[in-house]
Amino acid sequence: METVFNHPLFLPVSMIVVIIAVFPLLAGYIVLIERKVLADFQVRLGPMRVGPHGLLQPIADALKLLLKEDIIPADSDKGIFWFAPVISTFTALTAFAVIPFSEKLAVADVNVGVLVIMAMSAVGILGIILGGWSSNSHYPLLGALRSAAQLVSYEVALSFALISGLMVAGTLSMQGIVKAQQDRHIWFIFENYGFMIVPFVVYLISATAETNRAPFDLPEAESELVAGFHTEYSGFRWALYFLAEYANIFVVSSVAVTLFWGGWLRPFPAVAWLEMPLNVGLPVLIFLGSGASSLILVKKLKDPVQQKTLVGAAFLCMGVAVPFLIPAVNAAIIGLFWFLFKVAVFVYIMIWFRGTFPRFRYDQLMNIGWKIMIPIGMASVVVNALLGMLRAS
Amino acid sequence: MAQSTFLDANELVLNMGPQHPSTHGVLRVILKLDGETVTGTECVIGYLHRGVEKIAENRTYIQFAPYVDRMDYVAAVSNGLGYCLAIEKLLNIEAPPRAQAVRVILTELNRITSHLLWLGTHALDIGAITPVFYCFRDREEALKIFENYCGARLTTHAFRIGGLQYEVYDGFEQEVRAFCDMFIPKVDEYEELLTNNRIWVNRLKGVGVLSGEECKEYGVTGPVLRASGVKWDLRKAQPYSGYEQYDFEIPTAQNGDTYDRYTVRMEEMRQSVRIMRQAVDKIPSGPIMAKMSKVVKPPVGEAYVSIEAPKGELGYYVVSDNSTQPYRVRVRPPSFVNLQALDRMVRGGLIADVVAIIGTLDIVLGEVDR
Repeated sequence: METVFNHPLFLPVSMIVVIIAVFPLLAGYIVLIERKVLADFQVRLGPMRVGPHGLLQPIADALKLLLKEDIIPADSDKGIFWFAPVISTFTALTAFAVIPFSEKLAVADVNVGVLVIMAMSAVGILGIILGGWSSNSHYPLLGALRSAAQLVSYEVALSFALISGLMVAGTLSMQGIVKAQQDRHIWFIFENYGFMIVPFVVYLISATAETNRAPFDLPEAESELVAGFHTEYSGFRWALYFLAEYANIFVVSSVAVTLFWGGWLRPFPAVAWLEMPLNVGLPVLIFLGSGASSLILVKKLKDPVQQKTLVGAAFLCMGVAVPFLIPAVNAAIIGLFWFLFKVAVFVYIMIWFRGTFPRFRYDQLMNIGWKIMIPIGMASVVVNALLGMLRAS
Repeated sequence: MAQSTFLDANELVLNMGPQHPSTHGVLRVILKLDGETVTGTECVIGYLHRGVEKIAENRTYIQFAPYVDRMDYVAAVSNGLGYCLAIEKLLNIEAPPRAQAVRVILTELNRITSHLLWLGTHALDIGAITPVFYCFRDREEALKIFENYCGARLTTHAFRIGGLQYEVYDGFEQEVRAFCDMFIPKVDEYEELLTNNRIWVNRLKGVGVLSGEECKEYGVTGPVLRASGVKWDLRKAQPYSGYEQYDFEIPTAQNGDTYDRYTVRMEEMRQSVRIMRQAVDKIPSGPIMAKMSKVVKPPVGEAYVSIEAPKGELGYYVVSDNSTQPYRVRVRPPSFVNLQALDRMVRGGLIADVVAIIGTLDIVLGEVDR
C-alpha cells in the first residue's frame, strides 16, 4: 500500500481523476454562482426552486441536459458536428494539466506550462469554428466567423501581456513562476515599480475576449445571432460547449493568478506575523461565517426538506473550517485555499463585467484589438524589459 | 451557360425572425448581407394580424373600445384615448375637465411605462442585460396605479367615450405624486449606467442616421422625428384633452442617430413626470362623464383625431353612417409608419446595427399588424 502512495504517478493520476470527476460539478456551481450574482445585480433572486436557494439547480440542469434527445440537424456535416464540442472540452480540460493549484498539487510541472495553456486555448477555438461551420446554418456560421477573427486578434495581445510576465519570472513553468514570486517576496503585479499592472490589464481584457465573455461575447451574441455558434446544438453536446466555456474561464483566471497575483502564495508572503491571521484566521472566518449566515436563512424557508438540506449545507460549510485549524493539514491545503480564493475573485470580476457592460460591435472589437490592445501590449513588453534591467542593475 | 450555385454569390441571405430574440415580437426581416454588412432588407409583417379594423365594423362603438388596447399593448391607455377622442369628435361632445385631467395623468404615466419597456429591451439588444430589470422594477410601480384605478395592468380600457367610467380611487393623487418623486432619481440611475458608457455611446452614435427631411418623407413621427431636429409634438401643435394648460418642453436633438433617439426618450420621461405633477396638483372637481345618451349613435359624418402616443402620431379616422356601429375605422399606427424607415436606416450597417435600429424605432408588432 505504501508503495502505491509513494509512486511518482500517484499524485498526477489522482489529480486527473479528481479534476475530470469534479470539474463538471464545479462548472455547474460556477453557473449557479453566476446566476445568483447576476440576480443580485439585477434586483431579483435567481434560481430558488431546486433545493434551498437553488443549491441543487446545477444537478437538476445536468440531469435535464443528459436526458435530452440528441438532435443532429439533417443537413449538417454529422461527423464534425458530433466531434466539435469534444475538441472544445478536451482542450479546455487539458489546460488544467499544468495549473499549479498549490506547491504540491498539480498534474504536471511542464517546463513550458504557459505555452501549453496558450496552445490549448488556441486549438479550443477550432471546436467553435467547426461546430459553427458544420451546423450548415447561417447564424452559427456567422458566429464561427466572428469567433475566428476574435481569436486571431486577441491571441496576439494576450501573448504580449504574457511575455511581460514571463520576462519578470524568467521561466515558462507555471510552478516556477510562483516559486520566483516566493523567492522575491513579491507578487508580480507589483513588480517593476508597479508597471506590471499594464500588462495585467491587457491580459484581463484579452482573456475576457478569448473566453467569449461579455462584453466580447460576439460569437454567441444572443440578441443578434440567436445563440451564435451553438444555435443548432442541444442536450449534452451543448452542455459540453458550456463546460468548455467555464473551464476556459477557470483556466484564464488561473493564469492571471499564477502570473500576476502570486499563485498559491498568501498576501505579503514574506511578512511572518501575518501567518496566523491570513492563513488560519481568514479561511476559518470565511467558512464559519458563510455557514452561520446560511443558518439564519433556514427559518425563512417553509419546506422542511429544504430546511434540512440548508442546515446540512451550512454545517458542511462550517466543517470545512475545521481542517484549517489543524496545523499539519493547514500547511497542506492553505495553498489550494489561496489559489481558489483568487480564482474566485477573477470569476466574480468576469460575472461583474457581464452584468455591467453592453456588447461591442464587430468592427469596434477589431479596432480595440488591433489599434489599442496590441500596441499597448508591445509597448509594455519594451517598458517592462527596460524597467527590469533597471531593477536588476 | 453553367448553372450558378450559391457558392458563386457574394451575398448571404439571412432570415431574421419571426422567431428571433430581438425583433420585438414577430417581425421578420430578410437581410441581404455581404460579410456582416447589410446591403438590403425586406420586412415581412402580418404575423400578428387580427383584422382589428374589420372587427370595428361589426361591433358597436362602445364594444369596440377594448379592442384598441390590443394594438399597441404597451401603451394601451394612449390607444384608448385616441379612440375616445375620435368618437367624441363625431358626437360633438367633450369630456368634462376632471376627466380630461385624469386622462392626461394616466396617458403620461403610460408614456413612461412604454418608454421604460423600450429602454429595457433596447439595452438588452445592445447587450446590457441589467437595465431591463431596473426598468421593469419601476414600471411595476406605474402598473400598480393602473391596476388600482381600473383593475387591469396592461390592456387597461381606462377611458370611456365621453369621459371616464370610474372616479379616481382614494389616494390616487398621493400615489401619483409618490411615483413622480420616486421616478426622477431612477431616470438618473439609468442614465448613469448608460449615457456616458463608452461601449454604449460607440454602439449608438452615428448608427441609423435619419435626417429631418427623410423623416418627413417617410412620415416618421414621435421621438424618432424629434431626434432628427424637427420640433413636432401633437401635444403642443394641436393640443387635445387640455394639454395646452401644462407647461412642458419638447425635447429634440440634432443628429438623428440612435444615440439622439435615446436621449430624446430619456428626456421625454422627465417631461412626462413634469406634466403629471402639474395635472395632479389641479384635478378640477366636477362630473367625470359628459352628458350623452346611453346609446352611442353619432350623426352621419367622419372624424380624424390624432394624438401623440409614446411611439408617434396615433390617428383614428372614423366614419359614421348614423348607426350604432362604425361604418369604417382606420387606424394610423405610428409603429407601422416608422418601420418603413428601417431599410433606409440599416443599409450599410452591420448585423449588430440592425438589432440596435429595430430597438430604437420602438415598434410594437401588435400595432404594426393590427
